[in-house]
Amino acid sequence: MKTKENKRRTHKKNRAVSEQMIVLEDVSKSYSTGAPALSGVNLQIKKGEFVFIVGDSGSGKSTLIKLLLRELTPTSGQIYVNGYDVGRLKRRKVPKFRRNIGVVFQDFRLLKDWNVYENVAFAQRIIQVPTREIRKNVPSILSTVGLAGKYKAKPRQLSGGEQQRVALARALVNQPPILLADEPTGNLDPKNSWDIMKLLEEINTTGTTVLVVTHNREIVNAMQKRVITMKKGVIVSDEEKGGYIDED
Amino acid sequence: MRISTFFYTLKQGFISIFKNKWFSLASVATISACLFLFGLFYAILSNFQHIVKSAEEGVSVTVFFDEGITDDRIAEIGEMIQKRVEVSKVNYVSADDAWDSFKEEYLGEYSDGFTENPLADSANYEIYLKDVSMQGDLVTYLESIEGIRQVNKSEITANTLSGVNALIGYVSVGIIAILLSVSVFLISNTVTIGISVRKEEIAIMKYIGATDFFVRSPFVIEGILIGLLGSLLPLGIIYVIYNRVVEYVMIKFQVLTTLLNFLPVETIFQTLVPVSMAMGVGIGFIGSFITVRKHLRV
Repeated sequence: MKTKENKRRTHKKNRAVSEQMIVLEDVSKSYSTGAPALSGVNLQIKKGEFVFIVGDSGSGKSTLIKLLLRELTPTSGQIYVNGYDVGRLKRRKVPKFRRNIGVVFQDFRLLKDWNVYENVAFAQRIIQVPTREIRKNVPSILSTVGLAGKYKAKPRQLSGGEQQRVALARALVNQPPILLADEPTGNLDPKNSWDIMKLLEEINTTGTTVLVVTHNREIVNAMQKRVITMKKGVIVSDEEKGGYIDED
Repeated sequence: MRISTFFYTLKQGFISIFKNKWFSLASVATISACLFLFGLFYAILSNFQHIVKSAEEGVSVTVFFDEGITDDRIAEIGEMIQKRVEVSKVNYVSADDAWDSFKEEYLGEYSDGFTENPLADSANYEIYLKDVSMQGDLVTYLESIEGIRQVNKSEITANTLSGVNALIGYVSVGIIAILLSVSVFLISNTVTIGISVRKEEIAIMKYIGATDFFVRSPFVIEGILIGLLGSLLPLGIIYVIYNRVVEYVMIKFQVLTTLLNFLPVETIFQTLVPVSMAMGVGIGFIGSFITVRKHLRV
């Protein structure tokens, strides 16, 4: 038990030293039916990086996200996220692990009966932040995303862009080391899409590792970040300052 | 758990009852209906048992002694009887007592013609039983005691009463079992409908990193509150109608008033209140706990 504990500690330390935030080693995932969704994926993302993951539907992007969030476990291979061996994580440790990753979805996924303030505060409540501090932190993050004045509104009273900002505020209020955005601009018009992207870039400058899964060609091409392109379950290209690769 | 987290959870439980008022109402109604039936049966059965029991208590065995028996021997026999487990009470009736009560009951003023006690040998023990079904054993024992001439027993009554009692026992267990399974089925259905609406909500909470406990607690509190409400409602209704029904029966069937001996509502409620509340809370707790669990694996 003690050696195991020590091993884990050294392991964690190594990870911390090694500057890698996300490491995938030969990761494969197959579902009970059909072809493998991911096969032999190797990937390293450093702390503080901004990475786009692009690819058509069926390319394995969604599976990759689900693996990173420990919604699924890999069929083979290792996944490390911020020092956690995600594949071997016990079920009851999953909630604590997930607090390392702020998530934003295409469909916002806000609690629709709760107002903006409550939606954001909820993320703080689950990590048991004292109410006094919640009252400070939530308005502060809401003003970061430009929604300070709308804290009482219900999600349905907001535009798509505003809802996504709320989701972003919720993802960021606990200051997670990683921000994972799954098609964050999928339901937004170009202007709102750009606003969200600017926000993500801003967040990235504060040291947060940002992963954005997207279809938005214009944005990917314009932003000149690292672009990982996936196709049929494998990484087909991985370029610094890359662009959107067209289907041939 | 932090105090603020506890209060937050409690508050969420309350809020979600009002937010899902139709679901809450349906759940309260379901639990109420089941517990109302339960309470009704409990009240009827315990009264029935009470009536049978008081009839039982009236059943006695009488023993008469051999002629010329000494008072010492009678006292000795009295002690032997008193020691038996079946016996709840023993009354000694002397020959004079017997004659007095006979005179009073049957002769009235015509008794003056008797100078001697015609019932000189009729001193006896009236033995009351704890349980009529034990009468057979006791009678066999009594007949074996020296100095006892005759044992008068009421065989038919005893058999009938213990039969009725057993039947009531079986029927009540059966009815309560049926009611419980019906209520559990209904509750689990109602909760399933209510939870499917909130499936998405639970998934979102889990994505943000909420523990199962944190996600579940408001639902469980909601379940407990609904259960509590669902148990208090029928208790109130039963309290109101119980006395009226008893009154009605007493007036309508006046002939039976000596036989019908109803329990006061307080006695019924001594057991019914804690049992109903425990059942309501238990059904609400188990129903919500199990149903939420199905949706926690995100």
